[in-house]
Amino acid sequence: MTMTEDLLAPRPDEELVFDANPVQADRITHYCPGCHHGIAHRLVTEVLHEMGVAPQTILVASVGCATFTYDYMLVDSVEAPHGRASAVATGVKRARPDRIVYAYQGDGDMGSIGLAEALHAANRGERITVIFVNNTVYGMTGGQMAPTTLLGQKTTTTPKGRNMATEGAPLRMSELMAQLDGVIYAERCALNTVRNIRAAKKAIRKAFEVQRAGLGYSFVELLSGCPTNWHMDPVAANERIGKDMIPVFPLGVYKDATGGRPDGAAKEADHE
Amino acid sequence: MSRIVLLEERCKGCLLCTTVCPRNILRKSERFNHQGYQVVEAGDNAAECTGCAACAVICPDVVIRVFRTRKARDGRGGDA
Ligand SMILES: Cc1ncc(C[n+]2csc(CCOP(=O)(O)OP(=O)(O)O)c2C)c(N)n1
Ligand code: SF4
Ligand code: SF4
Repeated sequence: MTMTEDLLAPRPDEELVFDANPVQADRITHYCPGCHHGIAHRLVTEVLHEMGVAPQTILVASVGCATFTYDYMLVDSVEAPHGRASAVATGVKRARPDRIVYAYQGDGDMGSIGLAEALHAANRGERITVIFVNNTVYGMTGGQMAPTTLLGQKTTTTPKGRNMATEGAPLRMSELMAQLDGVIYAERCALNTVRNIRAAKKAIRKAFEVQRAGLGYSFVELLSGCPTNWHMDPVAANERIGKDMIPVFPLGVYKDATGGRPDGAAKEADHE
Repeated sequence: MSRIVLLEERCKGCLLCTTVCPRNILRKSERFNHQGYQVVEAGDNAAECTGCAACAVICPDVVIRVFRTRKARDGRGGDA
């Protein structure tokens, strides 16, 4: 045994209370230091593992920094063209209704180029789950304005800060989703604190349970940090989520039409 | 005492874990890993670890494993 292997073996009086899960690839990601895509990936894979559904699950990856999601989550996967993940997931689920199908989309991908596909899939009540990562920028392409960019936020395309008169106000996806009859569950969470991360995991569990029970469309928005394109160190980026993002994007359950179904699904989350 | 194991090669030095440890055990080290990141380490007070796993929950890169010491049933020893 090497020294690390030795340290990784629980001693007789110990319990391993935090370990990697087998649905997350044992691979170093390309994400920047402090990027919350890593936390989101861990939560989704932990939930799929704990539900025991990973072998029956199909991921639809989107375009953005998380395009390589399919290299990090050990489930079957399809890569969609930019913005079309909810449309591709519609086709996958209709062809294979026995599978758990989810799309993982950024705010540029889902809220901008793919808004039509995203809203119509939700409005049709497709029996899919969408994990929506809102980091207020286009990360992959170098920090352009996204529909979710905060007013006053400087990006490469809003060098003087986003201005309501010319660029409009931040798009609130969870609130939009809640208006659609096809949506069974919509919740907004944040990945900035231990408590909020734990609440996000419960929300993701609930969303997948909604799909497993065949109830309809489920949606979880995750307020996430992009230290690189916010030009902040990761600790400051985390603070920005609580200080600037949550007041504009309040956390909580925006729609729950499950009527208490399915039995045993995670209880309502406990945000900070 | 409970304990953590840091898989240093995975660490990106973001320091998020240092902000959540209730005992302030984690700190920036003087070492760099093969990715080129300055990694964190457990400090001199590592023995104060409560096994709460807050550091592992916030780590975006699955660097940390947490081992919680069970309370001794005979009432002797075990302070977790
Ligand atoms: C059809 C098309 N248009 C534009 C692009 C360029 N592009 C790649 S990623 C991206 C935005 C991604 O932003 P987001 O969804 O917020 O994800 P993030 O990178 O922030 O995680 C854009 C515009 C593309 N790949 N394809
Ligand atoms: S650019 Fe932003 S979203 Fe992309 S990997 Fe880096 S921190 Fe994450
Ligand atoms: S949170 Fe993880 S990646 Fe960041 S410094 Fe701590 S151990 Fe390293």
